[in-house]
Amino acid sequence: MTSKQRYEPVIGLEVHAQLLTDSKIFCGCRSAYGGVANAQTCPVCLGLPGALPVLNRRAVEYATRTILAVGGRVNPLSIFARKNYFYPDLPKGYQISQYDRPLGAGGTIAITEDGNGISIGLIRIHVEEDAGKSFHPENAGDEDTTLVDMNRCGVPLIEIVSRPDIRSPRQAGLYLTRLRQILEYLEVCSGNMEEGALRCDANVSVRPVGESAFGTRTEVKNMNSIRGVERALAFEIERQTRLLQSGGTVVQETLLWDEKAQTAHPMRSKEESSDYRYFPEPDLLPLRIAPEWIESVRASLPEMPEARARRLVQQYGITTYDASVLTDTRALAEYYEATVRHFADGKKAANWIMTEVLRVIKERGIGIGDFPVKPEALAELLGMVEAGTISGKMAKDIFERMVASGQRASEIVKSEGLEQLSDDGVLIAVIDAVIADNPGQLAKYKAGRAQLLGFFVGETMKRTQGRANPQRVNELLRERLGAPGG
Amino acid sequence: MIGPPTHWSVAQTVDRIRRGVVSALEVTEAHLARIESRQHLNAFISTTPDEARTTAASIDAARAGGESLGPLAGVPIAIKDNILVSGVPCTCGSRILRGWMPPYEATVTERLRRAGAVIVGKANCDEFAMGSSTENSAYGPSRNPHDPTRIPGGSSGGSAVAVADFQSMAALGSDTGGSVRQPAGHCGIVGLKPTYGAVSRWGLVAFASSLDQIGVFGRTVADTKSVFDVIRGHDPHDSTSMLLPPERPIPERLTVGMPRECFGDGLDADVRTAVKGAADALRQAGHSIVEVSLPHSQYTIAAYYIICTAEASSNLARYDGVKYGHRTDTVDDLFSMYRRTRAEGFGAEVKRRILLGTYVLSAGYYEAYYGTAQKVRARIAGDFARAFETVDCLLTPTSPTVAFRLGEKVDDPLAMYLSDIYTTSINLAGLPGVSVPCGTSSAGLPIGAQIIGRPFEEHIILATAEVIERTTSLVGKQGA
Ligand SMILES: [Zn+2]
Repeated sequence: MTSKQRYEPVIGLEVHAQLLTDSKIFCGCRSAYGGVANAQTCPVCLGLPGALPVLNRRAVEYATRTILAVGGRVNPLSIFARKNYFYPDLPKGYQISQYDRPLGAGGTIAITEDGNGISIGLIRIHVEEDAGKSFHPENAGDEDTTLVDMNRCGVPLIEIVSRPDIRSPRQAGLYLTRLRQILEYLEVCSGNMEEGALRCDANVSVRPVGESAFGTRTEVKNMNSIRGVERALAFEIERQTRLLQSGGTVVQETLLWDEKAQTAHPMRSKEESSDYRYFPEPDLLPLRIAPEWIESVRASLPEMPEARARRLVQQYGITTYDASVLTDTRALAEYYEATVRHFADGKKAANWIMTEVLRVIKERGIGIGDFPVKPEALAELLGMVEAGTISGKMAKDIFERMVASGQRASEIVKSEGLEQLSDDGVLIAVIDAVIADNPGQLAKYKAGRAQLLGFFVGETMKRTQGRANPQRVNELLRERLGAPGG
Repeated sequence: MIGPPTHWSVAQTVDRIRRGVVSALEVTEAHLARIESRQHLNAFISTTPDEARTTAASIDAARAGGESLGPLAGVPIAIKDNILVSGVPCTCGSRILRGWMPPYEATVTERLRRAGAVIVGKANCDEFAMGSSTENSAYGPSRNPHDPTRIPGGSSGGSAVAVADFQSMAALGSDTGGSVRQPAGHCGIVGLKPTYGAVSRWGLVAFASSLDQIGVFGRTVADTKSVFDVIRGHDPHDSTSMLLPPERPIPERLTVGMPRECFGDGLDADVRTAVKGAADALRQAGHSIVEVSLPHSQYTIAAYYIICTAEASSNLARYDGVKYGHRTDTVDDLFSMYRRTRAEGFGAEVKRRILLGTYVLSAGYYEAYYGTAQKVRARIAGDFARAFETVDCLLTPTSPTVAFRLGEKVDDPLAMYLSDIYTTSINLAGLPGVSVPCGTSSAGLPIGAQIIGRPFEEHIILATAEVIERTTSLVGKQGA
């Protein structure tokens, strides 16, 4: 074996997405994030003796929506199973999940890397319940104290398992970004990784380039951002490659990513349980899904991002790039289309949103849903520029004030008298005063320095506080000054 | 002379309370006094005299106020201690749940209360309903009222004793492999295990979820039926509980099958004679008896113990000392806490079954054991379905022997498991079964006959049992 042997990574991702149902998967408790610890619980999600699960139909609908949106197959008969293991935040001592008969199989996620389309296959999508959360408070006075919050117990999840089709950390990042976008479009998951609404575990192995067999893989857990996933994968690929290049062997194990230290370390063996002793959950009947129901869910699917981007290009004449930016989230696409409904120039609207609106959103770290200028208000502002009521430059100032105050453009313009001056009589009076006050510049202009026209335009704009219509000012000045050198 | 209220039937009691012949409180007091004086039989783990008196008084007040009374108004009932009654400790006969106070109520007890029943206490049982003798209770064994040196049967032994000994008029038990029918047989009363899904399991602490069903004890078929009618029916809290289909009319001439496999070796001679007597009684009443075959009977016990222990190992994982119940005092780390808590909290039989269940589900053994057991289960259900193509119901012994002596089989679990040989297949197939007294042994101990029906045909097996009851009833023959 040569140490110069090159290796390529083989990556498969297991993503857990929390479904945005109001209630939990097997009881009526609220499934909202946060809340007073253990307040959103009942005998079912606490797994008290004698309590029984009852499946939440909405959770199945959301999972079905996801399966259909990625081109997967919904199994007409799926079975819930018990995954048995001991953990303090797992109140029943087992998790209700799906095992050999999941709800969904197959499907793909399409990503684009450097202009190349890549299709990542999916193995399965199944439905399961979340466990609770353990805390090890540092200031509890006793370092052995563990506190458990069961609010998450029974929150509905889907697990999306990819084929080992991913070949780089960057592709993994693109896959996650795409998946998050799809879930967001379907309105089935918030996609928020910090709140744990989207969690990712990765199976990683490396193999000599050209080899088709897989190497020994490790599982990497505990990554809580897309950047974190990319970093953790890069770390693990590097580690495995070096190990093999130095003649070592990779041990199959589970590693936890430590974002602060930027390293991954093996999970303590006691936290790992290899034998879950799955068996069919006897408290729930097999889940039978009628084909008509699947079709009704399919009919309710929203337009997905790629299709929407194609349509925007056609309908509004914007570029493919613009369309991909504007369809990044469903909410942004809705915002754009709502704006265009009130302001017909799709290209101008696209430019404004991509520059001004997205800049403010980024600065403020908010979502488009929380952006204070609603689409109709933005359309009104753009319409005022189009009509010549205000200048484009002024529009930017007014926009900032709309963002700050939430006022409409028309209100700001009216209350502050900012309408554009297009009345020739008024403009000529100002222009004549500017010419009269600058005899030196006039002389130089007359002598042939044509670029001094800009000076007179600037002075005129200054004296009208920017309200003058610059195009008309240009025209009038040419008339008054005559030809340079003439 | 109408005798003491403890010896009345459900119908008599409700009628007399409605008519004002007796107050619900008087009926309750009579039973509380009986419970008090019969503690040596250890029928109860806990009693609820205060709540019982309050309930009885409220029934009397309702009657005085002219309100209509429920179908079980003033009927004293015992509840097996693995069924939750809100605010009353539930132990499941285990140390691990000693003193645990459930914050919610089982559907069956809620329905009983709504019907006016008076809950007098939580009946003793084998730990987590695992056993055939009620000797596996952490709160001591119950004793058979016909012979206190003998077991009452299990695992709902306390419930059976309470009813047979007139400490309550009826009782609820749970039946996973015969735990209502078998003690009913040994104590000379009626025990009904309904169709799987006919009664909600919400609030029944699970032993083996796919087999467990709440059942009813009564001293007569009529008493048993009146309680069953109150607790049955679909419950949105239990996905496996079913909407009851319309009832098939009871045939005037029943065809009753006797499975030849149930009358072979290992059947006590007295039991054989008594069950044949029950068949004669049916024949004399104009019904026909035919022989049928259940060819997979011999695999029943093996399949049953694989499935029930697998499910039990999972259902009992929640008793880990983290959230409620017993927690060990000596904790080094998380896993030692689990280990010690469970070692201290569970008794030998429960541990045996958890270990067995964990083994049969573990990677590499699943198909050989659990997978095979599920296939056998389907075959057994198929045997019954084929038999029911030609018969209305089946007649078998409830148990191969009469009640054995306390301690006789505690060290021989396999012998103990065989005492449920005629009852377990019914749970595997999800069918209804009832045990009805059909005679006594030469030593005067009760013998039960089991009638098995098609799914949701409890009314037909109860009607069949009533025919047997008319000729061989033991009511009133128990020790006073
Ligand atoms: Zn809940």
